[in-house]
Amino acid sequence: MIKKTDLLQLSSINFAYGQTQIFADLNVGFEAGKVTAIMGGSGSGKTTILKLIGGQVSPQQGRVAWGDRAINQMKHNELYSYRKSLGMLFQFGALFTDLNVFENVAFPLREQTALPESAIKDLVLMKLHAVGLRGAQKLMPAELSGGMARRVALARAIALDPSLMLYDEPFTGLDPISTAITGNLIRTLNDALGITSVFVTHDIKASFKVADEVILLSRGTVTARGTPSELLDSRDPLVRQFVQGEVDGPVPFHVHSEAYRDDLKLESEERNW
Amino acid sequence: MTLITRILSKIGSATVDAVWTLGTASVFIFRVLSRSAIVLRRPRLLVAEMHFAGVLSLVIIIVSGLFVGLVLGLQGYETLKRYGSTGAVGTLVALSLVRELGPVVSALLFASRAGSAITAEIGIMKTTEQLSAMEMMAVDPHARVVAPMFWGGFLSMPLLAAIFSAMGIIGGYLITVVVIGVDSGAFWSQMQASVDFHHDILNGVIKSIVFGAAVSSIAVYEGYASVPTAEGVSRAVTRTVVTSALAVLALDFVLTAFMFTGVH
Amino acid sequence: MDRSMVDLWVGLFVAVGIGALLFLALKAGNVDSIIKSQGYSVSAEFDNIGGLKAKAPVKSAGVIVGRVSSVNFSNQSLRAVVKLDLDERFQFPKDSSASILTAGLLGDQFVGIDPGGSLENLVEGDRLRITQSAIVLEKVIGQFLYGKMSETNSD
Repeated sequence: MIKKTDLLQLSSINFAYGQTQIFADLNVGFEAGKVTAIMGGSGSGKTTILKLIGGQVSPQQGRVAWGDRAINQMKHNELYSYRKSLGMLFQFGALFTDLNVFENVAFPLREQTALPESAIKDLVLMKLHAVGLRGAQKLMPAELSGGMARRVALARAIALDPSLMLYDEPFTGLDPISTAITGNLIRTLNDALGITSVFVTHDIKASFKVADEVILLSRGTVTARGTPSELLDSRDPLVRQFVQGEVDGPVPFHVHSEAYRDDLKLESEERNW
Repeated sequence: MTLITRILSKIGSATVDAVWTLGTASVFIFRVLSRSAIVLRRPRLLVAEMHFAGVLSLVIIIVSGLFVGLVLGLQGYETLKRYGSTGAVGTLVALSLVRELGPVVSALLFASRAGSAITAEIGIMKTTEQLSAMEMMAVDPHARVVAPMFWGGFLSMPLLAAIFSAMGIIGGYLITVVVIGVDSGAFWSQMQASVDFHHDILNGVIKSIVFGAAVSSIAVYEGYASVPTAEGVSRAVTRTVVTSALAVLALDFVLTAFMFTGVH
Repeated sequence: MDRSMVDLWVGLFVAVGIGALLFLALKAGNVDSIIKSQGYSVSAEFDNIGGLKAKAPVKSAGVIVGRVSSVNFSNQSLRAVVKLDLDERFQFPKDSSASILTAGLLGDQFVGIDPGGSLENLVEGDRLRITQSAIVLEKVIGQFLYGKMSETNSD
């Protein structure tokens, strides 16, 4: 399912972690300038897609491309150069614990640019202001709540004005207010900076409020794709089960096992010894 | 028969694992060394790590060195008394420390204090995805985090070993000359007559440099390769201390045989 | 700890470390052995060098004037050839003699040089002609017993 206007494309991806096959011939593309949500059950490979885009893992087969550059074939220096135009927000923020909030956001600026201290200060304050945490600049990460830590991490991720933003489970473990704030930030940043955003989540409500497009993954392939309202109205049983949160359906409740009767019989046989 | 085959296959797989790990670790260390130019460009990072590994180990090194010297002096005196050669206690203390105990014991202490701290720090950074975050910000953690820690440990080690030996000699002096009453002149002159700079002191320094390289490599590798969970990090720290101890003792044997027995 | 404090501590640490190394080198070690001063090399042949090893001291009048640099065996003279590195500060007459002595009763062996009377001095590459081999304990005991036996026999 790759559209021509896509900036980011994954083509014919075969990926496995050791013996576990995650994707077999996966094809997915992300529209430029849009916010796309990737959803699916645990182990469906959502985070793996982010890792493939970021170049942290390489597919056994296939091509991960941004425009016409193949990310999975990049050498070390090229890969690091590519990463300067991308920002990633990790699930729990991943702030550097030995630096305070200000220094955390300043980190990419200090490492990648030769800007004078005054310019760095202005940029950091700007980014912190954008996420509403300018007042927390002197705090240490250990003193922040989960939601605040993630916002600081977001400020850090946009410090170099990336063209692509990746979010790994941005809503997981947040209270309703923080969830709303985070969703709002994802949307505002995307539109204000004119960038492409991809996030991975299983929070239907929060993501449907924010995303332009939703991709549903199951069993290693894209099972559904569309706008939030399209998915809500979908008749596909897999989509319905996920979107409505049904207990049983195409994704079975019981993990694969022997027939119940056979399992019990084995026990009684043993006891007859 | 099955028990024996099981034991054999366990030994076999353990050996293969060990060799494999050695290979992975060597590749990793090589990568770290090749990205070490940053340490020259930004000495601040190195200074911070020398503080972390070296300065914070000073207390345990100084105190342990002093105590080892005290014990050496005491034991040495008691034994030499029987042969009427108590004047040689200075030589005994100095040679024992400079050749063996200084480099080896300080390396073991370094592994337990600084090595474990390095492994824990890198391991926790891995567990909390800080290393991944750094990678995604286009900053290579090998250069930014690992290299300074390696060099910080490597450069601190010989200094710590020298301080340990010096403290030990002072300890030996304190117990034998000041407390017991061995002649101060005999203590120092006999020592100076028998401790050769090139043969004893320099070889001791070479040993501490080799041990420093070994312990620092093991510490950074175990941290970087740790399983990113709390349990994984704690197991990695244990492995650092144990592997470092074994490596130091094995290397000590090899170096001693090479340096001190004329097996040139 | 702010950055300047860290620098201070590390600087102190490095200073103390280097200080310890210097302490070991100067106070504990042999100062002379550090500075390989200018010197000249002479050789001497012995019938038996006993336990003499390379790096053993060369003394004259009890003062260290040099070191044994190597111990070899000559196929021509079938004797031990010992090379001595002497400090250039000390000059010896050409007819000086070299003996292998023992420090104390059972100590390490060293080379002792007794100065001769010649007006010319030893230079690089010279050979000490008059030598006294080491006293091998077994031979001394053997001689003593033999002497004792012949005494009692002749009584």
